[in-house]
Amino acid sequence: MEGIVGYGAYIPRNRIKVEEIAKVWGADAPSYKKGLMLEEKSVPSPDQDVITMSVEAGRYAVKRAGVDPKEIGAIYIGSESHPYAVKPSGTVVAEALGATPDIHCADYEFACKAGSEGMFVCFGLVRAGLIKYGMGIGADTSQGAPGDALEYSASAGAAAFLFGNDGVIATVDATHSYMTDTPDFWRREYQNYPRHGGRFTGEPAYFKHTLGAARAILEKTGLTAKDFRWATFHQPNGKFPLRAGKILGFDKEQLEQGWLVPRLGNTYSGASPIGLTAILDVAEPGERILMVSYGSGAGSDAFVFTVTERIKEVQDLAPKTRDQLDNNKRYLEYGEYAKFRGKIRKIEE
Amino acid sequence: MLTPSKYWRESPQRYRLEAAKCTKCGKVFFPPRLVCDSCKNGEFEKTTLPDEGKIVSYSMIHVTASNFSDEAPIALGIIELDNGTKITAQVTDCTEDELAVGVPVKLEFRKVQEAGESGVLCYGYKAVLKR
Ligand SMILES: [Zn+2]
Repeated sequence: MEGIVGYGAYIPRNRIKVEEIAKVWGADAPSYKKGLMLEEKSVPSPDQDVITMSVEAGRYAVKRAGVDPKEIGAIYIGSESHPYAVKPSGTVVAEALGATPDIHCADYEFACKAGSEGMFVCFGLVRAGLIKYGMGIGADTSQGAPGDALEYSASAGAAAFLFGNDGVIATVDATHSYMTDTPDFWRREYQNYPRHGGRFTGEPAYFKHTLGAARAILEKTGLTAKDFRWATFHQPNGKFPLRAGKILGFDKEQLEQGWLVPRLGNTYSGASPIGLTAILDVAEPGERILMVSYGSGAGSDAFVFTVTERIKEVQDLAPKTRDQLDNNKRYLEYGEYAKFRGKIRKIEE
Repeated sequence: MLTPSKYWRESPQRYRLEAAKCTKCGKVFFPPRLVCDSCKNGEFEKTTLPDEGKIVSYSMIHVTASNFSDEAPIALGIIELDNGTKITAQVTDCTEDELAVGVPVKLEFRKVQEAGESGVLCYGYKAVLKR
């Protein structure tokens, strides 16, 4: 049975608190903290980007899988912050993992669901027997315009999943994708920051697609919320995934482990995939997991996984997600954050 | 500044820490070389360096080359890896007061330099403190 054979997450150590951002723009920090359930977010260092975080997450996934990287037949990195406009991030990542040259590679884009697209295609290629192993990565170093609501949440992180059919730690029992043309969030060519439809990003966008994909996969499999130990949803803020979970019948205990956004921020393509890594870090054999991504534009990919016995052998082989989230943090002031993110620039010498 | 061709030639070392091990006396060279300086043997096998070690010396560079001036001051360290091989690497994500001889480090994949606004992006290893 095909499924995940290895996984890994990478979270940069820098953080900025919601209060620190709100102070600069004269905004009301408590309203962000209560309204959106955000406390702080991760920030990449100037020498970190989608490629570097993907390499680290990918290395952890290979370590957990214990496979020869030369056997990886495909690598797909989903992101909306690929460092190059032309030259796939996957070329550098595959080379760094030692997976070249017999490998298929493409970068994916679909706002925040680009990572789950890579996972979806890798699983399909493995099931079709075209490749032995395939790596799907979701990673972003997304930016919100200074002072925009997105600036409080847009953060950085990566998650990598290696799919295969021997040494599986979580089988893929079902998938379902759900997509329509919905202009809730976009970024035009040559623009540094995205635009969004404000309140329009809720009901007709996030909830319609997240719930649409989730309900369809539950119907397909004949399962209900009670049949799952864990669930993780795309998490653009703290509130949306909890509400989506509640509507579907999941309780807090099922959602909490993969709900990282209050202290991680929204890692865009990394969001529900990193949530899944946090769940796999603690999951027990036999437990069922629901993951539903969401990408503006708009669509959702849903997966049902069942954890196998082998999970216990791999959990400790690489750094765990919540350890990276909780430990070794460095808090930035807004000025340093703005410099790190290229929001302010020194004059050319 | 690194040219795309020089950067590309060095990528096995920069990306994957590939070193050459003398097939006769076992000495490890990083970067690889053509002749072993201890036994004059000319045959090597590929080996991968461990990605953990400790700082054996370091220096803070306050006046950097112009393409690194945004990052100043930069910590440059000599790292003794767990197999005894010594390499020079930037120590990133740290402040000067966190650095000391003997501090354990791990090598991470980072962006090493950007060739201006439109040039190639160069990646490789840097050391981060193990905490
Ligand atoms: Zn020799």
